[in-house]
Order: sequence, then C-alpha cells, then structure tokens
Amino acid sequence: MSADSIDIRYVAKLARIALTDEEVDRFGKQLGDLLGHVNALAELDVANVAATAQVVESRNVTRDDTPRPCLDRERVLAEAPQRQGAFFRVPRILAE
Amino acid sequence: MSAEYEAVIGIECHVELKTETKMFCGCRNEFGGEPNTKICPVCLGMPGALPVPNARAIELILKTGVAFGAEIPAFSKFDRKNYFYPDMPKDYQISQYDMPLTVGGSVKYWMEDGTLRECSLTRIHLEEDTGKSTHAGSGDGRIAGSAYSLVDFNRAGVPLMECVSEPELHSAAEAIAYLEALRRTLLALGVSDVKMEEGSLRCDANVSVRPAGSTALGTKTEIKNMNSFRSVERAIASEIDRQVALLRAGERVVQETRGWDEINGVTHSMRSKEEAHDYRYFPDPDLVPLEIARGDVERIAGSLPALPWQRFERYTKSYGMGAKPANQLIDNLALADYFDRVVERSLNAHQTSNFVLGDLSRLANETGVGVAESKVAPEHLAELIELVESKRINSKIAKELVARMWSGAGSPAEIVEREGLAQTTDRAAIERFVNEVLAANPSVVADYRAGKTGVAGFLVGQVMKASRGKADPALVNELVSAKLRS
Amino acid sequence: MADELIERSGAEIAAGVSSGRVSAVEVAESTLARVRDVDGLFGSYLAVLDDQALAQAANVDERVRRGEKLPLAGVPIAVKDNMCLDGTRTTAGSKILEHWVAPYTATAVARMIAAGAVPIGKTNCDEFAMGSSCENSALGVTRNPYDPSRVPGGSSGGSAAAVAAYEAAIGLGSDTGGSIREPGAFCNLIGFKPTYGRVSRYGLIAFSSSLDQIGPLTRTVEDAALAYDALAGYDPMDATSIDRAVETTADALRTDLRGVRIGIVKEFDTATLGDMDALYRQAYRDLERLGAQLVEVSLPTADYGVATYYLIAPAECSSNLARFDGVRYGLRVEGDDVRQMYDRTRAAGFGPEVKRRILIGTYALSSGYYDAYYVRAQKARTLIAQDFERAFAACDLIACPATSCPAFEFNAKSDPYSMYLMDYYTIPMSLAGLPALSVPCGWIAPAGGSVPMPIGLQLAGPLFSERLLLGAAHAYEQATRHAQARKPASGVRA
Repeated sequence: MSADSIDIRYVAKLARIALTDEEVDRFGKQLGDLLGHVNALAELDVANVAATAQVVESRNVTRDDTPRPCLDRERVLAEAPQRQGAFFRVPRILAE
Repeated sequence: MSAEYEAVIGIECHVELKTETKMFCGCRNEFGGEPNTKICPVCLGMPGALPVPNARAIELILKTGVAFGAEIPAFSKFDRKNYFYPDMPKDYQISQYDMPLTVGGSVKYWMEDGTLRECSLTRIHLEEDTGKSTHAGSGDGRIAGSAYSLVDFNRAGVPLMECVSEPELHSAAEAIAYLEALRRTLLALGVSDVKMEEGSLRCDANVSVRPAGSTALGTKTEIKNMNSFRSVERAIASEIDRQVALLRAGERVVQETRGWDEINGVTHSMRSKEEAHDYRYFPDPDLVPLEIARGDVERIAGSLPALPWQRFERYTKSYGMGAKPANQLIDNLALADYFDRVVERSLNAHQTSNFVLGDLSRLANETGVGVAESKVAPEHLAELIELVESKRINSKIAKELVARMWSGAGSPAEIVEREGLAQTTDRAAIERFVNEVLAANPSVVADYRAGKTGVAGFLVGQVMKASRGKADPALVNELVSAKLRS
Repeated sequence: MADELIERSGAEIAAGVSSGRVSAVEVAESTLARVRDVDGLFGSYLAVLDDQALAQAANVDERVRRGEKLPLAGVPIAVKDNMCLDGTRTTAGSKILEHWVAPYTATAVARMIAAGAVPIGKTNCDEFAMGSSCENSALGVTRNPYDPSRVPGGSSGGSAAAVAAYEAAIGLGSDTGGSIREPGAFCNLIGFKPTYGRVSRYGLIAFSSSLDQIGPLTRTVEDAALAYDALAGYDPMDATSIDRAVETTADALRTDLRGVRIGIVKEFDTATLGDMDALYRQAYRDLERLGAQLVEVSLPTADYGVATYYLIAPAECSSNLARFDGVRYGLRVEGDDVRQMYDRTRAAGFGPEVKRRILIGTYALSSGYYDAYYVRAQKARTLIAQDFERAFAACDLIACPATSCPAFEFNAKSDPYSMYLMDYYTIPMSLAGLPALSVPCGWIAPAGGSVPMPIGLQLAGPLFSERLLLGAAHAYEQATRHAQARKPASGVRA
C-alpha cells in the first residue's frame, strides 16, 4: 500500500469529475497524505476476522409485490435539467 | 462451417421477471405506457431514496434455478456495479457479483431432429433493469452520429434475471435450440413473458472458434443487438464465418464487442476499449443479506410444473412421437396438459396425439375455442379412443363423434349406445351389403375385372354408405376384394 | 413572553400547546421572529419556511383542539438540509442541489411532523454531511452562537446553531462519524445518535449508508428522549431499519446512576487534552458521585478508527454520489457529449472536500485495491466492534470525551487530516453502530480566545441501550447543569 502513487487522473475519470492540473496536484498530495495515515491498518492482524457485512445483524428484509403510487411526471420533469416532451434529454452518448 | 474449425458459443440472457412491481420499489412493472409515468424517488435515483427487494422476484428466480437443477446457496447478497450511463438512475446498478442466488444447473434442449442435448449454466443472478434511451439526430436512430438522447425511466428498476451459460454450444442451430428450450421453460414456469420483441428476453452471445479437436479456447467476441431468434441465428452464423475466414487468412481475432447489423447481415466492431470497465463491485450497504431456507427450496421443487424438456423426453422417447408434434404440444401448455390427462386414461399416446393434434386442434382453429377449454372432457376423449381400439366403432364414426362431442353431446359411449353407432363386424351382414353393392354396380365390377383395380375404392365407399358408415372398413375391404377377385 | 417562549424546552412547549396555555401558532411566530432577529449573524438556516410553519402550526392547534395527543405539539424544529421535505429546497449544502425541490418527505421528518412538530426551516450543513465545522457548506456560513468567530461544528452545524440560538427547540441532524455529537458539544447541546437502524434513513441524502443515522440536537436530555421516541421505529421503505419494538425513553430519565457501571477508556487518556483534562476528570467524579461504579475498559483498536472510517465512508459515498450527474435533477453544466457533461457538472457542483472523498473512495474500491483498502477496513471495523463487545461485558455505558478541543476558529483546520481528527472519539461508536450522545460537561476558554466555550462528555452504550443511555445522561445533566452556566451571544444586530 504505497502512499503517494494514486493515479488521480485515472480515478477522476472513473468518478467522472473534471479536475484542473492544480487540483490533480493538490488532491494527489492530500490523498497521498491520507493514505499514509490509512496505511496504519496494515499493522492490524485481520487474518481471522470477517469483514463487517452489517453492524446490526438482519436478514431477508423484502417487500410484497404490491404497487405503490408513482410520482407525477410533470412535477419530476419540471426539475429536470433538460427535458424534451415526456423525456429527459441528454447530450449525445459517444462510444468510448 | 468447415470441418477444420469448431465454434464455441456461450449465451448470456437477460430475462425480465413477471412481477407486479419493480425490483426495488412499488412502481408497476408493465410493458408500454406513457414515458416516465412509472417512476418514483427510488427508481429515479433521487437523493435520499432507498431500495427494498421484491420478495416475489426472489421467489421467481429460485423457481427458475431449481427448475434448471441449479444449486441454491444458503446465503446470497446484492452488490453495486458502478458505472455512469444516462439510463442508469443511480449510476450504479444493483446486481449480484460473487454470491448469486443460483449457481450451476443446466438447460436441456433438443434439436429439430429430436436429439436431446444439454448445456451447463454458470449461474443465474438477480439485478435491476436500466431505463431506455432513444437516440435522435442521426437519422437512423442509432447511437453513432446521434446529436442527443432521450431517456425514459419506466423500465428502470424492473427485475431482471441474468442467465449465463457455459460455452458448450457449437453451432448457431444449437444456440437457437438452447434459447428455445430456455424460453419454453421460463414460460412454463410463469416467470416471464420472454418476448424478444418486447424486451422481456434479451440475449448476447460469446463466440469463438478453434481448430477441430483442440481443447483450448480461441479469442471470443461478444455479439450484441440481436433482437429476434432469427437475428441470433444469423448473427452467430455470420460471426463464426467471419472468425474462420480470419484464422484461415492467418490473422487474429480481436477480443471486442460487435453489434449485429440486421439490415446488412454482418457484425460491426463496437470499438470498445481494451481496458475492461472497472465496476468497483462492493456489497450494497442499503440492503441486507438473503438467507435461503432449505424448506423453501424444497417447497419450490415440489411445486414445479412439468417442464418442457421432461415433456419432450417423455413424448419422443416413451411415446415415440416425432419432434414436431412434441414441440406443438410443448408450445401450448394447456394443450399439453390436456394431452397428458387423456393419455393418463387412454394409455394410448399415439391415438391421443392423432386426435388432439388432428381433429381437435382443427376444431379449435375453426371455432376459436382452445382444446382445453372445449366441451370435450379428457375422460370422454379417452373413452372414444378405447371404443376405437376395441373396434366397437370405426374411425369414420369416431370422427363424427368428435364433432358431436365438441358441440357438447357428452360421453361417446352414451352417444354410440343411444344412436346405435356401434361398428358392424358381422361378416354375414357385411357380405350382404357387399353383394348388394356389387349387384348394383355391374359396370364398375366389369372395369375392375378389366384391370382398373382402383375402382375398388368406390365400391368400398358404397358399402360403407349402405351400412350407414358402421361397417368395419377393414372387413369391407377384405370382402370386396375377395368378391371382386372371385 | 415571546423571548421566554423561545427559550422553553420542547417538552415545555408541547405541554403548553397541548393544554391550550399557548398556541402552536404563537410559538411558531415567536420562533420566526427570533430567526429574523439573529439568523443574519448565525446563519443557521438556508431556508426559512415561514408560510409552511404557520400553516403547520395552525394544523397542530386544530388537531389539539380535536383531542389528538401530540407528544411534540407545536415544538419548533430545525431540519438539516440533507433531509427531504416535500416541496422544500433540499440542498445538502451543495451547489449541485442548490435549486432542487424535494418531491417527498423523509420518514424521520414525517414522524416528527406527525407527532406535532413544526419545521421552521432547513439548516445549513457541511456539503453532503462531509465535514466537522460546517465550513464545507457551499451555500452559507454558520457561526457558533456562543462565539460567532468560531465554527458551530459539523456536519449538522446549522441545526446545532439553530437550537443553541433559540431559533428552534429541537434540531434534526445526521451523524455518520460524529456529525451530531461534535456540533452538539461545540454548541452546548445534547447531540444524540441512536443505534444504527433505529431511525429510518429514507429521505436522508446518503453519505455513508452503513454509518448514517438521524438524531436530535436539543438543549435538554428530556427533549432528546422525546424526539427519539417520535423518530425511532421500523420503516418498510428502509431495508436497513431494524424491525424491533422501540423501547421508549421519555419515562427512563433517571436522577442517579446507582447500579450503573461506567467504563473509562484506557486509550482515551484525557491528560493529552490540556485544560479539558480537568473538566473530564471532574465529570467522571460526578458520575461516581451519582452512584456509578467506574471501571477501566480497553478499546485497543479505537486508535485505528479514523483510518478505518476514512476508507469506508468515502468508498460508500463515492457510489452514493454518483447519481449527481446532471441528468435527472440538480445542476447541469453542458458538454459536447454526455461524459463531458458529467465531468463538468460534477466539477462545478461538488466542493473540494466532497471531491477528495469521492476520489479516495473510488480508489479504495478500484480493481487491485479493493482487498487492501476497503475489505481490510471492514475487517478493522469488526475488530473495533469486538472491542466494544468485550468492554460492555465489564460495563453498562462508556464515558469519554466527545471532542479533543472546543469549537475552533474559522479556517483553523486547513489541513484535511487535522479536520478528520475532530471525529477521533466519535468515529469508533459509529463504526460499531452503537448509540452515543454528547452532553455538556463544562466550559473552557480556548487557547487564544477569551469567550468560554462549551465542551461535551460522550456517553455510549451497547446496541439498543437508548433507555439507559438517555437515562444516565439525564441524571448527569440534572446534577451538573453545565449548559445553564452561560447564554449564547445575543445575536441581535444593533
């Protein structure tokens, strides 16, 4: 677990956030610093420990297959950044 | 497909489950409808909204797993698959990663000639569907060249089963047969409408080729955008040909995703990146683990209906039916159930098949009433078959009786009794009819004796008429022939 | 009368409104007048719900007239702006939701309203609840009512300031690593985080799903108990909410601690806390004087709490915040294609702390790092929970500091990690899902400051021990009355 080798640009691409060069630098340092602290976890002996799945044990929480009221479309589309008729509109989707 | 190369195919299907509501919220799960009307904070991915799993969807996937002989683990969970796309309301999909609800199993399928085969399943897991985007501005609705896209979230959150097969199919024909068996089984289970045209069944294929006899796997491509069974068949066949041609020319197959172009009959590279998506799977902290009780699995196993492959095996192997009539029955479950109930009593699958797929199906087509909904009770059809087998009535009378029963005339034995329709097997009586007919048709007899042996049929017909159809046709034939030759 | 009214506790107001001595409308009007007077300075509220509050108050008066029993009749409440309230702007303190109007109400808020509470407004908070000072809000500045040159704490700083400044009787906050308890300590309040799963998260804008909990900020323990009793309970809309009968707490408020064993954590030696040390040692003595038996307990893994938390919480939030993409609601910055739109929208809409956490969280979940970071952190979390289990075999409650310092000045903690350390004492309880609260335990003049500032004693209990926890806090509160020692700054502009 190396402290300052985070590929910030790659991570920002995964997270879909555009960063300035200054931010890449600054966040790189700050997150490297944080990872330095986080590295302390390597000291712990976790060989025989299960990862916490839930703090309070619970199983099989489900719901019945019965309908509930929906939201009013007009109200929802009124909050849309861009709508076209009954649809949400987004800029073109380019192939990667 | 040449003898030097073998195709290796795996099929990945997404099946929309037939629940009332979506996977994680109470919006209705139904095809069609005005865009963006079946939405709520949960399936729109609004701030603060939380998913709660649909118990029925879980039941349906367990039923499916059990039907395919899969293992149902004691524990399962949901994981988040993280990626950005406009039709993804949360920009992550709730799916299952390493602890799916069913593991393994197999799909037994059959070819056109009736050969039974089996393809293993890797797993079946539960996830939520995305919304639907349409692409505008490019003139052909395709995403490439479009100027913008429109998104409808009605479908977002619909429960999906992802069925992944092992790469054990070796031809487009096998792939189709596999898909047909899968579709028929899912229909029989009632878990989905499985209509490709409505999107409740979608499939992708992984295709590779290798030198015949080799056990190593060649580079595979993923084929998408196949919207009908016919497309699947054509696309896989086309891709196999393309790959074989490449290898023959000494070139490499590139691992990539290719889209089927229905109009031009070819696959196009979708130029996906060399790096796979990093989905950053992790257990969804908004959901709790599922613990599947053995008792529930047993209950589900005990309540399964007869499965298509089981029927196919029984019809073709035990009853000796051909693949075509067997498929006919399987594709109409009400008809198949009816057929089974008749056979239970008549113990004569051959005759039952004749009547059910013959006269009864014809009457069903003519009147618009299904065989199973008709007035012909299974017991009565079985009775009719028994009467024919015991030669109490002949097949012509039987046909008439079927028509009468269809109109609600009731039990065949009663009708026969009431109207004296029992077959005459009395040689002496038939001989009298035969003599009468021969005497009344001297020119026909002369024709026969002159060599036109075909006219015997007319004379047989006349005897049948004279006996008001009740004479045993076999006997009539015998006696007419004998008299003509003497 | 109005001044006096706004200083009343929620319990007193509810009693007054229920008996008809005062109307809910009058309470609302007094509170709104107070807000007009002081919020220009304190900045607790991002949005004040004048009309809705009065309408809601009138509705409460009507219900009371009809004979309905409302435990929170007419109680004015402040709602943290990361909780949806139908028809109100709900921003989470972020530019990306600056203008978003919620189309539904969070279950917790609905329960308060059903109990008769009257929402006065939506309060400021660190953006998406990420922070410990409220300085990370993109939409406003909130000041500590006891010294406006200092922060109120965070992330529920707005709700804390509102209650401390008499702009509400009860504040709703959310606590992920200490975001109720820390501002509670900084603002001379009770800040209470219930057992994880006790209060529905439906309608709470998610930060870290396995840690977030809604809870009250109040001036009295009694009010915290009243609020908890209204908030707690299974919600079918939240699969992580616990389906278990709620043991109400309003009747569990004790006056002594006889028979209660209180664990003092060896690793949380207060000698390192300068002037605060004396106050904590006094607090422990006060607990003993009330009849508690003090025992030493050990939480050896607690020191790893901050590291553990700052992997798990960012990982979960990196996924929870992906939905803010400019497609369906909120801010959109246009792009030539959809990915550019995402990148620009999120760059413009998120502040630096949020970006940092999304980045580190994405990294911790990414291929090749998932096991080393995220999984390992979840295992460390198990160790911490096990530490508490062992400790609670020897004691009934744990007592320790809520924070390592009193409210600091603006811009005092510019290094992110130094801010993260503000949650040092509160994070372990969050990781283990335990109920915990901060209760005022004295005043100190911070280094370089002249105005005495409050500090908080943290009490924590095993899962579902709310009755004992609030009961004990009440005993301590009644015996020591530290909160009464000072009043907030007047706040009224000249």
